[in-house]
Amino acid sequence: MSPQLLQYLLSGLTVGAIYALVALGFSIIYNASNVINFAQGEFVMIGGMTTVSLIAAGLPLALAALLAIAATTLVGLALEKLAVERVRSESVVTLIIITIGASILLRGLASLVWDKNLHALPAFSGERPIALGGATIVPQSLWVVGVTLVVVAALWWFFNRTLHGKAMLATSHNRLAAQLVGISVRRVLLVSFGLSAALGALAGILIAPITFTAWDVGVMLGLKGFAAAVLGGLGSGPGAVIGGLALGLLEALSAGYVSSAYKDVIAFGIMLAVLVLMPGGLLGRRSVERV
Amino acid sequence: MPAALRTARTGGMLALAVVIALLPLALANNYFYDVAVLVGLNAIVCIGLNLLIGYAGQISLGHAGFFGLGAYGSAILTARYGWPPLASLAAATAGVALLAWLVGRPILRLRGHYLAMATLGLGVIIAIVISNEDQLTGGPDGMSVPPLALFGHALTGEKAWYWVVGALLLLAVWLALNLVESPGGRALRALHGSETAAEVVGIDSVRQKVMVFVLSAVFAAFAGGLTAYYSGFITPGRANFLHSIELVTMVVFGGLASTFGAVVGAAVLTTLPQLLAVLKDYEMVVFGAVMMLTMIFMPKGFVPTLTARFAPGERK
Amino acid sequence: MSLLRVEALSKEFGGVHAVQALQFEIPAQGVYSIIGPNGAGKTTLLNLLTGVYRPSAGRIWFDDKELTGRAPHHYAAAGVGRTFQNLQIFFNMSALENVMVGRYLHERCGLVAALLRFPSLARAERACRAEALQLLEFVGLAGYARAASDSMPYGALKRLEIARALAARPRLLLLDEPAAGLNPTETQEIVRLIERLAARGITTVLVEHNMKLVMGVSDHVLVLDYGRKLAEGSAESVRRDPKVIEAYLGSEAQAHA
Repeated sequence: MSPQLLQYLLSGLTVGAIYALVALGFSIIYNASNVINFAQGEFVMIGGMTTVSLIAAGLPLALAALLAIAATTLVGLALEKLAVERVRSESVVTLIIITIGASILLRGLASLVWDKNLHALPAFSGERPIALGGATIVPQSLWVVGVTLVVVAALWWFFNRTLHGKAMLATSHNRLAAQLVGISVRRVLLVSFGLSAALGALAGILIAPITFTAWDVGVMLGLKGFAAAVLGGLGSGPGAVIGGLALGLLEALSAGYVSSAYKDVIAFGIMLAVLVLMPGGLLGRRSVERV
Repeated sequence: MPAALRTARTGGMLALAVVIALLPLALANNYFYDVAVLVGLNAIVCIGLNLLIGYAGQISLGHAGFFGLGAYGSAILTARYGWPPLASLAAATAGVALLAWLVGRPILRLRGHYLAMATLGLGVIIAIVISNEDQLTGGPDGMSVPPLALFGHALTGEKAWYWVVGALLLLAVWLALNLVESPGGRALRALHGSETAAEVVGIDSVRQKVMVFVLSAVFAAFAGGLTAYYSGFITPGRANFLHSIELVTMVVFGGLASTFGAVVGAAVLTTLPQLLAVLKDYEMVVFGAVMMLTMIFMPKGFVPTLTARFAPGERK
Repeated sequence: MSLLRVEALSKEFGGVHAVQALQFEIPAQGVYSIIGPNGAGKTTLLNLLTGVYRPSAGRIWFDDKELTGRAPHHYAAAGVGRTFQNLQIFFNMSALENVMVGRYLHERCGLVAALLRFPSLARAERACRAEALQLLEFVGLAGYARAASDSMPYGALKRLEIARALAARPRLLLLDEPAAGLNPTETQEIVRLIERLAARGITTVLVEHNMKLVMGVSDHVLVLDYGRKLAEGSAESVRRDPKVIEAYLGSEAQAHA
């Protein structure tokens, strides 16, 4: 493998891991509520920005990150409690608009609480690049990929091995049946928002040392996360991870070999083509309409 | 009911015409005229988008792309190639119609969130191309556009534009109302109600969806071209995702499946940021909060909620 | 001559054979009933016969024109109409508009004519409205013409679906459990409606659970069990068929009687 290709793959993997985390957030909420949460990107932003502030206030990184994740989780819970739960309409469009309103609101708040400048977070363990088969990788990338792997494993364990996780999965498959066996659907909804917010915050903290963070980074990261979730098949956990990695790799390869200005065009173009050929995404459920 | 319907329709049209005719009494200066013109242009986009989202039940998160293509297409043909403005506008709109038809056939087979993503992706692609092809478009800095010439006279000034846009808005409302009350329009609403049942009575769902998708793209491109000539300057921001979201929000806020709702939605959400501008830094916070509160307390949108409250007997 | 012909028709969902190697013909007259225990594949068959599902194997002819694999609107255009077991009403429209949608195939739907509301279109709309009203009257829903469909009772909606299907002027009408969930009076009204359909010369396919209803109105009965044909023939011969009695009537007939 040429060092150049390896370099592109490594950077694609790093970005892809972040997309995967954001996509998982989309999928968890989608499964619990059929809602696409357009404020998912803002969770990423809040996680990164809060950590920046807490470190500036003198806290050590690990504590700052934990507190930032906790704070973002509270924001996620509040969004569910104060807005999503109060919606009586079943319409998908109405819910989309509410979460878009939330994302604008959160962005506006961020620009007030903080400012409209770019902020950097120090890398977790230095900036000295590591040589790897002719390519180099910054230590932060290893953090991104490593933490994502741990998170994915933990989520798998949660959804397949714990009662709470299984209850959430059951709700996504059949809400009424879940209710009948005594699962509190409202609680599942609440937990899903909290969990997604935490995942988003984590992604935001991990990526901030590489790409900077600012009040409006959530817009593009949210879009990419949504694209990754759809590409993999909405609601599918493995799909979100595969979709995220695929999107990240596509972008890195197009930026390297074609044009960095057009990397998103190529990534979204291929995503469109996949959707047209596989209307349920790569790992989406094949559902037969019942009439 | 035909008589009642006709009166509701002509009644609504008349009311809108009266508002357009009398509004100048309240427009103190050119700034107010400017806002009114922008309301009208956005309303035309929203009327088309409402046919797609409100009546046919198909979401699009990429209509700013069509708006942007209409704007840039008209601007480029006039500024760079010296075409007469009206010909440029017509050609740009026709080009967008062709593009919408070509991409519409494959992507309108998608449903729900997948369609949302596909249209969003399409919009993002268009926006990136516009901001990168700086030879033609001037790139992220935007480009200036010559004024619209009508029969040898340049159309300039907010007041003159006000009347032109007012007339076009009335025309757009009339066309949309006509379509909704035709067999084709009923077919669109049927798709929204039950796609399977619609197919089973003989409606070719993909064809109908493509038809309304193209039509809504034409409304957006046409209004986009006019906006370019009116403003005299355009930036790629008009084609991006956030503008698409803004347009959808206008439609939903005003009320899905209500043509007058689309007009009201465009009016409120175009004016609101102008009003909120006095709040400066708090503008986004208030705007976001208004969006959320409206959808929580009036999920059906502004016009249908009011109609239901004041005329409980009348449907639709 | 047969109106609809089916050859070796099969449909499987992920290894489950919902319909298996079915072969039958529906004659162009009278009432043809499809019965069978729950899960026998009746509704799947109806979905296959209207293009809602694509068959896994086999072929379908309507009026000697092959329709296998075509979209539902092609079936409708050929003259096949249907109703649904789980109601598929356009709840965003009035009762009258639901029926008017049914006339779609017989309307001119040009975009320009619609946008500019040509006088010819306005005239056609009046005719369409008048015919839809007649159909509502025919199924006994004249009083509901202006009602919003989401405010109508269940029994009325069942008949609204029939009126909508009739508006397309089908030659073959498939009714999926038209009497399910109806009380005895409403069921009687449906029976009379089916008889009047036959009198109009519309071939009717009836999928029904209510044995009394089926045996009373059917000219011909097809019995399904586990997606396969168990028996076929006149109502009388099916009723006496020992296989049918064992598989279906044995348990269910007593329950229904």
